[in-house]
Amino acid sequence: MLKFTDEHEWLKVEAGVATVGITEHAAGQLGDLVFVELPETGSTFAKGDTAATVESVKAASDVYCPLDGEIVEVNQAIVDDPSLVNSDPQGAAWFFKLKLADPNAADALLDEAAYKELVA
Amino acid sequence: MEDISHLKHTPLRALHLSLGARMVPFAGYEMPVQYPDGVMKEHLHTRTAAGLFDVSHMGQVIVRPKSGKIEDAALALEKLVPVDVLGLGEGRQRYAIFTNAEGGILDDLMIANRGDHLFLVVNAACKDADFEHLKKGLSDSCEVTMLDDRALIALQGPHAEAVLGELWADVSAMRFMDVAEADLHDVACIISRSGYTGEDGFEISIPTASAADVTQRLLEHPDVKPIGLGARDSLRLEAGLCLYGNDIDTTTTPVEGAIEWAMQKARRAGGAREGGFPGADRILGQFAEGASRRRVGLKPGGRAPVRGGANLFADTEGKTLVGKVTSGGFGPTVDGPIAMGYVDATHTDNGTTVYAEVRGKYLPVVVTALPFVKQTYKR
Repeated sequence: MLKFTDEHEWLKVEAGVATVGITEHAAGQLGDLVFVELPETGSTFAKGDTAATVESVKAASDVYCPLDGEIVEVNQAIVDDPSLVNSDPQGAAWFFKLKLADPNAADALLDEAAYKELVA
Repeated sequence: MEDISHLKHTPLRALHLSLGARMVPFAGYEMPVQYPDGVMKEHLHTRTAAGLFDVSHMGQVIVRPKSGKIEDAALALEKLVPVDVLGLGEGRQRYAIFTNAEGGILDDLMIANRGDHLFLVVNAACKDADFEHLKKGLSDSCEVTMLDDRALIALQGPHAEAVLGELWADVSAMRFMDVAEADLHDVACIISRSGYTGEDGFEISIPTASAADVTQRLLEHPDVKPIGLGARDSLRLEAGLCLYGNDIDTTTTPVEGAIEWAMQKARRAGGAREGGFPGADRILGQFAEGASRRRVGLKPGGRAPVRGGANLFADTEGKTLVGKVTSGGFGPTVDGPIAMGYVDATHTDNGTTVYAEVRGKYLPVVVTALPFVKQTYKR
């Protein structure tokens, strides 16, 4: 199940664990990324908390946790090479995997069509 | 989207839009922050070929002596700037600052001697205040005119000289900070060999009616790409150049700001025209005794950028505040984070480590000589 937030994160939910990243639209708006800071595995976040930070040449931006949950894995590849977020934001450049506190909570988020409409 | 309909436009707005620029508000103008290539590529292109910048938002001001003698305009202007204007030869340009009574900086600017008048370029955000300041200070002896019928572009980078030469004007004889009139495609332009990137390059003042045409012709050259405000900022930061309002302002003096080089001997203690500018007592006092803080280059140790506004501490626990970052970001040519800011006088030596507060952490930052990249001015 692929879902989106109006803060431009995407979530791919499988067996109660959401793989989370930022959308192509967000990556395009941010421009060339030069630094990514990810949360620690095992940390917990509430929906809307700042879970990660991305920095372009010009500015720093927060990446929000899309739902309540616990970080179970982070993607070191985007820390080592932040430009991956620009080249493959909705694929290889995922940010973290979040074990959802409520596996059904993602149902209420935007589907792909609704998100596309939002950024159109 | 932010509403930007109330903003002023430069004569090149339609050209920016046709090039796919992302427009943002800046100093009351709608300006291109980047083009589709993005900040990184635009920055690197300027350092390796030639970048073209629209800086038409800046103020272009003519100061013309009523007596007809340029010396009178120079001496009048010296009452507002701590700079040797009288000694500025015809066809030469010099960096300057307007100071206030406390020795703070009202704006920074360029002053050119154009033979029978002085030609000033001032910052967009300050230009109305600067114009009033100039009229108030100089109108006894000079006519002060803000030009509203000229655009200003900058062509910067190692290929800039060759591009201008190929397209129209042989500018190879010009040295850094020379100013000359030249025809570009039959349009009378004022060209100075200067810029804000640390690269060799030119700033070109063009009559508004011809601005888009001249700019478009420059952009047709394969070595030239349009560059937005984003890369303009990273280029000037690598070059160690101050951004007015961030790195220098009304609360910083020229000594604190480490721009003493802008004050020639004639205006310093013992000089032919010592003092005689606003804030002279404080500024000359700091020349003699030093200031309690100073602007320095800052090189973050890791990969994380340290941005303007970050506090600097002597320790890793945030106990002893020793300064503040005023500009910071990522330097594409340096390929790492770079910054500048103020530290107290006991932490100004190159190699001193201080700690920047970033998202609750204290990141090591080393005081480093500016600029971060070698300036390539043709002196």
